[in-house]
Amino acid sequence: MNIGQAIIEALETLNSNRLRSTLTILGIVIGVGAVIAMLAIGTGAQNSITGSINGIGSNLLFVYKGNSVDSNHVPKSVTTADADALLDQTQAPSVLAVAPMVSGSLEVTAGKEKTTTTIDGVTADYETVRNAALSEGTFITADNLLERASVAIIGTDVANKLFSRTDGLVGESIRINGLPFKVIGVLEKKGGSSFGSQDNVVLVPMTTGQLRLFHGDMNNVDMIVVQAASASSTSQASDEVANILRVRHRTGAGQDDFTIISQQDIADTAQSITGVLTIFLGGIAGISLLVGGIGIMNIMLVSVTERTREIGLRKALGARKKDISTQFLTESALLSMIGGVIGIGLGWLISFAIGKIAAASGTPFTPTIGLSSVLLATLFSTAVGLFFGIYPANRAASLEPVEALRHE
Amino acid sequence: MNEAVIQVNDLKKIYHIGNIEVKALAGVTFNIFKGEVVSIMGPSGSGKSTLMNLLGCLDRPTSGSYILDGEEVASLDDDELATIRNRKVGFVFQSFNLLPRQTALANVELPMRYAGVTTERVARAKASLESVGLGDRVYHKPTELSGGQQQRVAVARALVNNPAILMADEPTGNLDSKAGKEIMELLLNLNRTKGATLIIVTHDPAIAAQTQRVIRLRDGLIEEPAS
Ligand SMILES: Nc1ncnc2c1ncn2[C@@H]1O[C@H](COP(=O)(O)OP(=O)(O)O)[C@@H](O)[C@H]1O
Ligand SMILES: [Mg+2]
Repeated sequence: MNIGQAIIEALETLNSNRLRSTLTILGIVIGVGAVIAMLAIGTGAQNSITGSINGIGSNLLFVYKGNSVDSNHVPKSVTTADADALLDQTQAPSVLAVAPMVSGSLEVTAGKEKTTTTIDGVTADYETVRNAALSEGTFITADNLLERASVAIIGTDVANKLFSRTDGLVGESIRINGLPFKVIGVLEKKGGSSFGSQDNVVLVPMTTGQLRLFHGDMNNVDMIVVQAASASSTSQASDEVANILRVRHRTGAGQDDFTIISQQDIADTAQSITGVLTIFLGGIAGISLLVGGIGIMNIMLVSVTERTREIGLRKALGARKKDISTQFLTESALLSMIGGVIGIGLGWLISFAIGKIAAASGTPFTPTIGLSSVLLATLFSTAVGLFFGIYPANRAASLEPVEALRHE
Repeated sequence: MNEAVIQVNDLKKIYHIGNIEVKALAGVTFNIFKGEVVSIMGPSGSGKSTLMNLLGCLDRPTSGSYILDGEEVASLDDDELATIRNRKVGFVFQSFNLLPRQTALANVELPMRYAGVTTERVARAKASLESVGLGDRVYHKPTELSGGQQQRVAVARALVNNPAILMADEPTGNLDSKAGKEIMELLLNLNRTKGATLIIVTHDPAIAAQTQRVIRLRDGLIEEPAS
């Protein structure tokens, strides 16, 4: 018998037992649907996290005070002078730009509206280093820094909270910690998750922040953001930065009192966490697919028992072992393949719904169904059908014709 | 007519039920020649079906030799036996054994499917059904046919691969006498027109009388040597 015929016959048999076939397929549908949806959610989470990490700039290093390795020394603060030293092109040729910053969380008010948000004191270089685009106004200038001007750039979330709009805000006044600031620009909405969000933030000149809002110390900064010249030179840049700081802080090797984290480190960590999450979710969903497979095996065993006489007759008429096992394997493979195809549809629906729910609740993230997960689910479900079909099919194929014909 | 298509020598089939040994066939020896019509008779439980199942390659003997068309059956594996059942033997059962959900046509097509016949399958199945007088019942399902008609479908199915030997185990056992007579006439006619070798198990002396030779079984042995 050729495969085309086997498929037609199998479809006829499955159709003649419609309810049973449907219920068996349902087990696979749920299994495959769950796998597809879980992988899509995992991949979506991965994409949105990676996206927001990439959104904060490119080829960045974050330098800040303190190091978990060092326990005997009181770490020296990272200073503006440190930041300036990193711009030395002979000692740090791989460093493209440097943006020191101070930050803290303070209350911001405008009229009667108020909100507590992150205030970052930044330099003019922040704009390029952190990819900060403005929807209106101008960025903080070197003059603003020199003058310690009371000017601010606000993120869209802050704008919405204080003014219920995000445009026409240049020239408005706000108060940070009670001190008046003039709005000179609004950041473009970036969306994405909370990591490095530029929507819920207020930027002020670093000097203004140091003097008026935070510790009052004009030397210390909370973090230096360093941009390397290229992706391939980030580790080189990291070494150069470390060497300069070791000399300046007079710390021996292995006694660093500062920490350098690269954007890539953060991305890698996030990737591996979401990767584990995806595998975990997919694995749990895989269990339900396995249960669906056992359902197929169960139904096929029942079917073999029920059709013992039929099998005996087919053998009496000349069916070989292979013919019989092909017949039953085709049935189980079809059950699981049909289930797989419908399951992919279901998985897509679930992913779509979850994406909608996420968007509605303010965390826009798009579950992503990759071609690979569709292929994986199709292959896996068919394999499940074949695997769990093998035992019943062999059992059918090895029946003795006389014995089978005698079966009532 | 001298060519023996079936040579059976001391053929035995012994069943073990617990400690009890049931000698369903206790050692039979006979030949059947090409084109012969032979009936096998004997009381219930004498081993007729056991013998027929062995001759039809549906079962393997416990010991002894069975040469079918020059081939020692005992040495064949399962798939080779399947091929013999498919090509050389046409088997008609007492209880028809049709696939209940399939049409008469599909039932008759079945042996050709396993023979790998594809293009002429439908035409040959129709021709076979016509030759048993069911040309107008091709798309009927077994439940829509009388017992006699169902057995005709079974005969058409047994014929469709042009086997050298037709075997029928009490083919009229489930039929009324009129339908039984018709089936017998059909089978005997096949022997006359196509020269098919015919082996029929029966209780009915009237049927046995229509055959050229009778093999009588009792308690798994042949009662009187076949002439
Ligand atoms: N599968 C079996 N297991 C045990 N005993 C069997 C089996 N098949 C047949 N027998 C026994 O073998 C003997 C012959 O049976 P059978 O060939 O069916 O007789 P008949 O067809 O002549 O009525 C009987 O005694 C029967 O009980
Ligand atoms: Mg019998």
